[in-house]
Amino acid sequence: MDTIIRDLGLLINATLIATPPLLYAALGSCFSERSGVVNIGIEGMMSIGAFVGAVVALATGRPWFSFFCGGLAGAAFGLIHAIACVTYGADQTISGTAINFLAPGLAVFLCKAMFDNSSDTPPLDTASKLPKLFDGVFPAGSFMSNVFSTYAAAYLSFVVVAIVWFVFYKTRFGLRLRAVGEHPKACDTLGINVFRIRYICVILSGFLAGLGGAYVTLATVNQFRPVVIVGQGFIAIAAVIFGKFTPQGAMKACLLFGLCSGVKVLASAGNKVSPNLISMIPYVVTIIVLVLFVGHGRVPAANGKPYVKSK
Amino acid sequence: MRKRALSVLLAAAMSVSLMACGSSSSGTATTAAAGDAAAETTAAEAGDTAAEEEQAEAKPASDIKVGMVTDIGGVNDGSFNQSAWEGLQRAGEELGIEVNYLESKTDADYAPNLETFIDEDYDLIIAVGYMMADALRTAAEANPDMHFAIVDDTANSDLENVTCLMFQQAEASYLVGMVAGMMTETNKVGFVIGMTNEAMNQFGYGYCAGVLDSNPDAEVLQYNVNSFGDAAGGKSAATSMIADGADIIFHAAGGTGLGVIESCKENGIWAIGVDSDQSYLAPESILTSAMKRVDNATYEISKACVEGTVSGGIITYDLKSEGVDIAPTTDNLPEEILTAVEEVKEKIKSGELTVPYDKESFEAAYGDVYTLD
Repeated sequence: MDTIIRDLGLLINATLIATPPLLYAALGSCFSERSGVVNIGIEGMMSIGAFVGAVVALATGRPWFSFFCGGLAGAAFGLIHAIACVTYGADQTISGTAINFLAPGLAVFLCKAMFDNSSDTPPLDTASKLPKLFDGVFPAGSFMSNVFSTYAAAYLSFVVVAIVWFVFYKTRFGLRLRAVGEHPKACDTLGINVFRIRYICVILSGFLAGLGGAYVTLATVNQFRPVVIVGQGFIAIAAVIFGKFTPQGAMKACLLFGLCSGVKVLASAGNKVSPNLISMIPYVVTIIVLVLFVGHGRVPAANGKPYVKSK
Repeated sequence: MRKRALSVLLAAAMSVSLMACGSSSSGTATTAAAGDAAAETTAAEAGDTAAEEEQAEAKPASDIKVGMVTDIGGVNDGSFNQSAWEGLQRAGEELGIEVNYLESKTDADYAPNLETFIDEDYDLIIAVGYMMADALRTAAEANPDMHFAIVDDTANSDLENVTCLMFQQAEASYLVGMVAGMMTETNKVGFVIGMTNEAMNQFGYGYCAGVLDSNPDAEVLQYNVNSFGDAAGGKSAATSMIADGADIIFHAAGGTGLGVIESCKENGIWAIGVDSDQSYLAPESILTSAMKRVDNATYEISKACVEGTVSGGIITYDLKSEGVDIAPTTDNLPEEILTAVEEVKEKIKSGELTVPYDKESFEAAYGDVYTLD
């Protein structure tokens, strides 16, 4: 019994380590996709968020402020994406890809310029990192500590899911953003400013992706390195499609991916099973869940199509 | 629309997998073809090669150019790429030769980067890291009159113009294992590896041997995260070991190790770093580090290049030749442990103590304790 509780605690802990960055980014992706703008630049926005979060924390020592600044950095790239795709009707996939090259490149360039030509920032001290919930209340390594005493921003990500859900389904803005993603022309006819709503959503998607990136440098590890964001942005986009473009669906998908990566690590103890088989777990589980439990997803009708006002 | 989303996702997944594991099969295919063509022409010119080599040896130091290609870690990775470049810079200053580096952003950059140095007629081209082994083989076979070196790989040791720079990392791991064995209070220590292969397992053999020799009651908990870039995975692995009672964890896992160190720091236990002196990452939590002095290796091979004594084969750098060592930062180590470490160091150097470095020699002495191989 003790070992079951222990393993359960470790599994929840591992899930709580891997899920939050994906979840923040996936919620961002929801905003953008539901308003009709494909944003595959999430990965790049996470990178710049991770870098800016670390740098601001080094400079100010204020973790929550740094976390917010990481979000703002992502939002700045969201703005670039919005200008290209909403105002100028550029191909959304190409703009997103450009951001995925531009943002990580800029992060490394700035890092080298600021830190003596090094592509890593100096490490953050614990006081500059995001705080843990119930820090030191439970003994290290205990079930309670593993489940309840991780980073506050990890629990916050689930609160943000609830907020995003509320915005999507219980507010006028949410109704409009969903409508804009389905039939922008009808919205325009009714006097809704399609451009403005899409701008807000794309910038918000950058902001949340930036938070996801900043979470990695301010909580998971303690410095920025070019390798801290490798593919999480794309996994977040996959989670949104997997979760049928809803915030609650994306959360379930992120939890599934987080859980799988936890299982992957814990199952590797002592090498009882081949590590290559274990590495397949997340992919196999994804395919099984996709086939058995996820029904027909529906993409927002206007997703990926630039809206042009007819003359 | 559904198709479009799917195609976007697939494209994204492809670009990630290219970045992450990047076998770049198409790139290899084309360079292999180019290699064949070059091999044919050199067969015709084979007679001239020997004469050219002699000419190269007679060059003054100021005309000698040594270049290195980093792997995807980049030249400031705070680890072995950086160390390799420091060695070359020292060679540049002390020997008066011209040194240069090219950084690889992805696996697909290895071949073009090597090609750049070949085109500029460098006297010695050093590939840092075993991930470059295939690209180096193609380049070395196509240019038999040029000399190459590669860090951490022996797959190319059959080529006459390639020097393989190997490290006896088992010896450094043995020293840190000894420290762990003596310092542990729970008699449980941890080991996290980023990937298992012959060279990586040396860390495990040396570490387990060091722990058991200094503390026969100790148990070594072992995880293979199977990635060098999964900090979250490293963190989970370490958290799990801590729940099992480990109070010192050694990582040989690159970027994954960042997560290991962070978890140790958060839980107030000791971590042991790898490759370079990683104390700066968490001065209060890093007990010591198992160091690979790649800088000494790149310096020595550059020096050999100037002296005209560079030749193919495998050069192994060990404790005795200052190729591996325990970290110079010893703030967290008590005096008596430092003394013990120095004693063992001397024994290893004099050959009195042999550290096991492969499955056979390890299991003969300790049994099947290291389970990751």
